[in-house]
Amino acid sequence: MFEQSISTLAQKLRDKDISSVELTRHFLARIAKLDTQLNSFITVDEKKALEQAVAADHLLKIGQATALTGIPIAHKDLFCTEGTLTTCGSKMLNNFIPPYESTVTHRIQQAGAVMLGKTNMDEFAMGSSNENSFYGAVKNPWNLDKVPGGSSGGSAAAVAAGLVMATTGTDTGGSIRQPASFCGITGLKPTYGRVSRFGMIAYASSLDQAGPMAKSAEDCAHLMQAMAGFDDKDSTSAEKPTDDYLENLNAPLTGLIIGLPKEYFGDGLDSNVANAIMTAIKEFEKLGATVKEISLPNLQLSIPSYYVIAPSEASSNLSRFDGVRFGHRCENPKDLLDMYMRTRAEGFGTEVQKRIMVGTYALSEGYYDAYYVKAQKIRRLIKNDFVKALEEVDVIMGPVAPTTAFDLGSKTNDPVAMYLEDIYTLSVNLAGIPAMSIPAGFIDGMPVGLQIMGNYFAEAKLLNVAHQYQQHTDWHLQTPSMAKGA
Amino acid sequence: MNWEVVIGLEIHTQLSTKSKLFSGAAVGFGAEPNTQTTLVDLGMPGALPVFNKEALRMAVMFGHAINAEIGMTSVFARKNYFYPDLPKGYQTSQMDHPIVGKGYLDVMLDDGTTSRIGITRAHLEEDAGKSLHEDFQGMTGIDLNRSSTPLLEIVSEPDIRSAKEAVAYVKMIHSIVTYLGICDGNMAEGSMRCDINLSLRPKGQKEYGTRTEIKNVNSFRFIEKAIYTEIERQADILEDGGRIIQETRLYDPEKNETRSMRSKEDANDYRYFPCPDLLPVVLTQVYVDDIKASLPELPSQKAARFQSEHGLSEYDANVLSSSRAMADYFETANAVVKDPKLTANWVMGELSKLLNQEQLDIENCPVNATAFGELLVRIQDNTINGKTAKDILQAMWDGEGSADEIIEAKGLKQVTDTGAIEAMIQTILNANTAQVEQYRASDEDKRKKMIGFFVGQVMKASQGKANPGMVNPILVKMLKGE
Repeated sequence: MFEQSISTLAQKLRDKDISSVELTRHFLARIAKLDTQLNSFITVDEKKALEQAVAADHLLKIGQATALTGIPIAHKDLFCTEGTLTTCGSKMLNNFIPPYESTVTHRIQQAGAVMLGKTNMDEFAMGSSNENSFYGAVKNPWNLDKVPGGSSGGSAAAVAAGLVMATTGTDTGGSIRQPASFCGITGLKPTYGRVSRFGMIAYASSLDQAGPMAKSAEDCAHLMQAMAGFDDKDSTSAEKPTDDYLENLNAPLTGLIIGLPKEYFGDGLDSNVANAIMTAIKEFEKLGATVKEISLPNLQLSIPSYYVIAPSEASSNLSRFDGVRFGHRCENPKDLLDMYMRTRAEGFGTEVQKRIMVGTYALSEGYYDAYYVKAQKIRRLIKNDFVKALEEVDVIMGPVAPTTAFDLGSKTNDPVAMYLEDIYTLSVNLAGIPAMSIPAGFIDGMPVGLQIMGNYFAEAKLLNVAHQYQQHTDWHLQTPSMAKGA
Repeated sequence: MNWEVVIGLEIHTQLSTKSKLFSGAAVGFGAEPNTQTTLVDLGMPGALPVFNKEALRMAVMFGHAINAEIGMTSVFARKNYFYPDLPKGYQTSQMDHPIVGKGYLDVMLDDGTTSRIGITRAHLEEDAGKSLHEDFQGMTGIDLNRSSTPLLEIVSEPDIRSAKEAVAYVKMIHSIVTYLGICDGNMAEGSMRCDINLSLRPKGQKEYGTRTEIKNVNSFRFIEKAIYTEIERQADILEDGGRIIQETRLYDPEKNETRSMRSKEDANDYRYFPCPDLLPVVLTQVYVDDIKASLPELPSQKAARFQSEHGLSEYDANVLSSSRAMADYFETANAVVKDPKLTANWVMGELSKLLNQEQLDIENCPVNATAFGELLVRIQDNTINGKTAKDILQAMWDGEGSADEIIEAKGLKQVTDTGAIEAMIQTILNANTAQVEQYRASDEDKRKKMIGFFVGQVMKASQGKANPGMVNPILVKMLKGE
């Protein structure tokens, strides 16, 4: 069942070959059986799932179904879901049941999808391996000794293992694309402002963007249909009308100009990954695309710029977790300061505390100009690089990450190596453009992702390019052995 | 030593928008704790601010009223600090790019002199909630109703040189914001709060002395008193050879003293940075010009018009235009009376006296302006005299009806019939023959002194209703036996 596309399942639901309740029970059973190995879910909300499935069956019965009606999905655990525990992967929110629904989850629910639960993640979306979760590390379905990537590691692993048909993720510096790459699935980070951030627990507000994660570009397009669009509750959401993301999936790629930034193929890139990417590019050439070398000269500066801007915003965004109104509060505080200090020391994990301290320092008097202001200047340079490059080419392609998924624990004591994981993804968030990761091969049994970057609001184009590739390759259809036969 | 005081004021003005600066929650005073809140005001995870355009319009109105540059691109910034009634852990304010830039006000003092006070900037920001320290057994209760209420913080240059000037400036700001209808001006409910930055320097010295900041003073009287006590405190220290410590102080009106709250060393590093949840506010020239064109008449414009159109003195014009409600009352009453001087005298005299006695604002005056005008018309047409009018005003105040109803009911109509007055006088003369004889035997000078006695008797006999203008000549005539 899980190996089929959303379109196929939707047809089966409409044809009454299967009911949404049956489908929901099937996937709940897979979660119960397989997720003990993966730890990709923080919460499985069986009751809500079955209620939504019953509602979906009703819509199917009265002929008011969309493509997502009755389709089992899951949300990254930083989308607030009314009445369902929302932890953000943190002890700080171990007891937080929101009385409200995020716009993303609301819209997907309105489209009739059935939410099975909330997926594991790096705490407050800070991490590239999903090892920074209060609820334990997530394992990669392709090899249980490897990380699934992060921060949307639970969302990626759950799709790869066929525990749900699709998930939502968020991407602040690569958190959709890198786990999609590591787990061999398809993920899209939309243009900043395309998807509402309302009800999404913020990490770095100027970079955070929610997007779909699924097996194929077509499945991602189905989710985008529901998720994307202006929201008057998010002042940074774009008023621009959305495209029909399914309409142009089959447009031919003849004449497509692909830019290959030379900086993406330099030192630090695993040669096997480089080979896989070049093989994929050749496939695009066969489909009628031409390739042009381009330059994004400020790529190296994206890491220092990101690691000033993101922690700065985070240090402020996470101030609300103070033990006063919700979430964790330390036992028997002796005074206000004690309450703040112990609540936050106990509630936040090491990586979160580290980034709060870095951000606090970067914004402090006397350092602000040297760090924050300078980082914003670099950000503009990076943006200009992309704008200039995208005047000459239609899309930009390159690797998502320098390597395939690494061993659990192998980089936990080497933060710089961990941060370098994001070298190919950070700049996209700094510029605000959309980008995807699609499966493009395997190295020693581990998936490799190809990154496709495009112009502002060109999500439909990216999905078209990815879909055409997937019509001619089957990397995205591969299933890890642990997921089979269950 | 002869000290010169240097004062700069920061006035927090609560804008009278219907909803909050960044959420749809209602703004109001006195509601049950935490009932006027949304996810945004509570600082819930994932909640995002949406800027209230009405607050923007009000800020631009104020900018025009103080002759200021309008910030065509203004940017919200986060001011980060931890406090339990600050739910997000930061206050959304404006730092480098305020909505209102440099402007000024010409402030008139009681002695008639005018001084120009520079205004550095005015910026929009959200208020915090309230911490309630009583009734919670050693714990603190948090009420977030006030959280995200829109404030316009108006920052003056250090141009103020006396307590009187400071109060005149604050009154002027108060008058402007209430004229514009952007603030209810209710200082007791905290709609206007003032931080006073104050330092002393020897007269003639250019450099400023070390200043202190007195926080949250919320009445004109307390502003004046706080300044006097702080001047005295600083002068005492300096004259003893001491040094002023830069610090934040609190004014205690009960003890009439300022107390140290925190020194500069304890001050927070607020780590201001542009708020990434809000886009820069970019204005068009058309928007700004439209607001300018639709500004209501401001106090200074109104005062000038009262002089030119109504022929009032500068003093009367200034008093009557000091509040929009007072000016409106005057103009409404005068539309009935059509005698600006008479109306002005009565509004500033009897009416103000009654309002003061009852501690009422003119907005809450029990006698409406039209009814008041109708009373004055009866003085004009000699139906009643001024003294009777005062009694009728009191009766109107007590809800006994309109001026005419009261005149009718109490029979207070002035006696203007010559025959009736002559008859009354004859009765008085008959009853006081000794005094009449004495009068007739006296010279002119003495007679003039004696006439008051007879007038008093006549007025008494007529219960005040005899027209005093008529009584006098008739009385003199009859006394002379003519």
